[in-house]
Amino acid sequence: MNKKQKKMLIRIIIAAVLLVGFHYLPFQGPIRFFLYLIPYLVIGYDILIKAWKGIRNKQPFDENLLMAIATIGAMAIAVYEDGDYTEAIAVMLFYQVGEWFQSYAVGKSRRNISELMDIRPDYANIEVDGKLEQVDPDEVEIGSVIVVQPGEKIPIDGIVVEGTSSLNTSALTGESLPREVNAGDEIISGCINMTGVLKIQTSREFGESTVSKILDLVENASSRKSKSENFITKFARVYTPAVVCSAIALAVLPPLVRMIGMGLPADWGTWIYRALTFLVISCPCALVISIPLSFFAGIGGASNAGILVKGSNYLESLSQAKCIVFDKTGTLTQGVFEVNGVHHNKLKEEKLLEYAALVESSSSHPISKSLQRAYGKEIDRSRVSDIQEISGNGVTANVDGVSVAAGNAKLMKRLGIQYIDCHHVGTIIHMAINGAYAGHIVISDIVKPHAKEAIASLRAAGVEKTIMLTGDAKKVADQVAASLGIDEVYSELLPADKVEKVEAIMEKKQYKGKLAFVGDGINDAPVLSRADIGIAMGAMGSDAAIEAADVVLMDDDPLKIAKAIKISRKCLRIVYENIWSAIGIKLICLFLGAIGIANMWVAIFADVGVMILAVLNAIRTLFVKRL
Amino acid sequence: MKKTYKIDVDCANCANKMEDAAKKTAGVKDATVNFMTLKMNVEFEEGKDPKTVMQEVLKNCKKVEDDCEIFL
Repeated sequence: MNKKQKKMLIRIIIAAVLLVGFHYLPFQGPIRFFLYLIPYLVIGYDILIKAWKGIRNKQPFDENLLMAIATIGAMAIAVYEDGDYTEAIAVMLFYQVGEWFQSYAVGKSRRNISELMDIRPDYANIEVDGKLEQVDPDEVEIGSVIVVQPGEKIPIDGIVVEGTSSLNTSALTGESLPREVNAGDEIISGCINMTGVLKIQTSREFGESTVSKILDLVENASSRKSKSENFITKFARVYTPAVVCSAIALAVLPPLVRMIGMGLPADWGTWIYRALTFLVISCPCALVISIPLSFFAGIGGASNAGILVKGSNYLESLSQAKCIVFDKTGTLTQGVFEVNGVHHNKLKEEKLLEYAALVESSSSHPISKSLQRAYGKEIDRSRVSDIQEISGNGVTANVDGVSVAAGNAKLMKRLGIQYIDCHHVGTIIHMAINGAYAGHIVISDIVKPHAKEAIASLRAAGVEKTIMLTGDAKKVADQVAASLGIDEVYSELLPADKVEKVEAIMEKKQYKGKLAFVGDGINDAPVLSRADIGIAMGAMGSDAAIEAADVVLMDDDPLKIAKAIKISRKCLRIVYENIWSAIGIKLICLFLGAIGIANMWVAIFADVGVMILAVLNAIRTLFVKRL
Repeated sequence: MKKTYKIDVDCANCANKMEDAAKKTAGVKDATVNFMTLKMNVEFEEGKDPKTVMQEVLKNCKKVEDDCEIFL
């Protein structure tokens, strides 16, 4: 509670106690009026002042004026009839309770969310003459060495020069498993160092570091307003004056009609009372506060799960995503090649891999790297001689005195060796030893562990169409798509073709809703910005992707896509629940008020009660763990 | 030029009013008020001095919502 809230709480308590106490005093007439005036002024003086200032500044139509007119009116009726003053005071009292609650709840969730995103490092340690000195991270220059002790946050991006440790990256990626780092590893700021002391050479300035970028993104996120928010702003602008006008009409027209048209007594008191109830019901607070609060909490909850949404508008679009277009490499597959099989081998599998790794030992091509990885042992280059690379075909060399050839079908044809074709998908390395065919090795990009599950859960979340784009060969693409259950595949595309393809899909529009493109941020920044929603995954460190995307997934688990969509759906569902229930309850109460069934007590529920319910409902968006 | 200011205001509707008032101030190209983060982003027109413009913005905001503050 801040100072203002404490003061308000004291006023609320004093007014409530006085109100109850005066009920038992036996006074009548003017004395009673003046007594009741005390709690009224205690609880309502600021509203009256604000309403007056509003009129003076020619901005009269706000909730202060509504409350002022309604309560002064109710007091006047009570004086006239020497009746019940409690109603007017209770209206003011509950209104203030509502305001107080709202301010408390908003402050609380503000703090909650900033705690969730509490990754801002306060200082960096620099070693000066053997002693650690704490400095402002802003002042650390690129290339200086900083020391991070266990329990501290990594303040700036850099490369580990000394030490090993495990890092808690959960604030950044939502991933709970710690990550091991050794000397030579790149590390990003915002992680928490858990076990060992690390010396890090910084590779960026603080302002350019991951942690600053994320904070900047999250803090500015809710400035981009969604359609629902804009609707509410416009709605509130029309709504309040409209209700004030109808309240005046309700106070004046029926009595006049009764008097002139029907010859009945005017009954001014009843109609003015009904008009006043109107004013109390009319305050748009429930809507005006709960909608931005829902979005704010949704964005906060998402960022806690490692999903950064750049604005409420994107959260809204994401909830309408019905068609998801994936880039293959790096998104659904890992983008690293691995040996997937050895077939028709005349030698032992290990032996064949050993030969292959040795022959390819001088090459740094990803395929050669994967062969070396599959072999798994130290490569002794002295065993290899006469290496000949035949560009586009493969390599021949002499290993341990035997001539070995490793390459594609073209190489085998060139050497005049009969080879066996492979029906598996991937890159095929045929091997020949001493001029005789020795089998082939299949190397392919591997699908991410959660990719299939991710596609299935997207479908469960209501996505109608999944499409994959790739630069890869058709055979490979079709096989991956089939194994994952993707609807459509476009293969052998150049990076520039991807934009055209996405545009074509958006043009044809075989789905109802929006199109989201998911990429890893390498070469696909133009597509990310072209799609209705661009989702970049595992993009920490790729500035272009963070810039171009609307939603950034901090790790590269494709399951997060479905999670992001579910969070957005939940958030928007709550937003609509709040819009409809608040408007609905108010309209019903307005109607009941007009025909005289609803009194001030119902009116105050329609105002304050609905607002409290809407705020509580909005806070639900914060909880996204189990989605 | 764009600048961000911390603000203090009690209700979401008042924040919307502040946004309107800021937008209408001479020298302001665009403005958004974020009630949840209590921040005001102001984009100034070319060649205007942010300090003098912000004084006007504050004055106009005070007119629509007496109980607000912009920390300049």
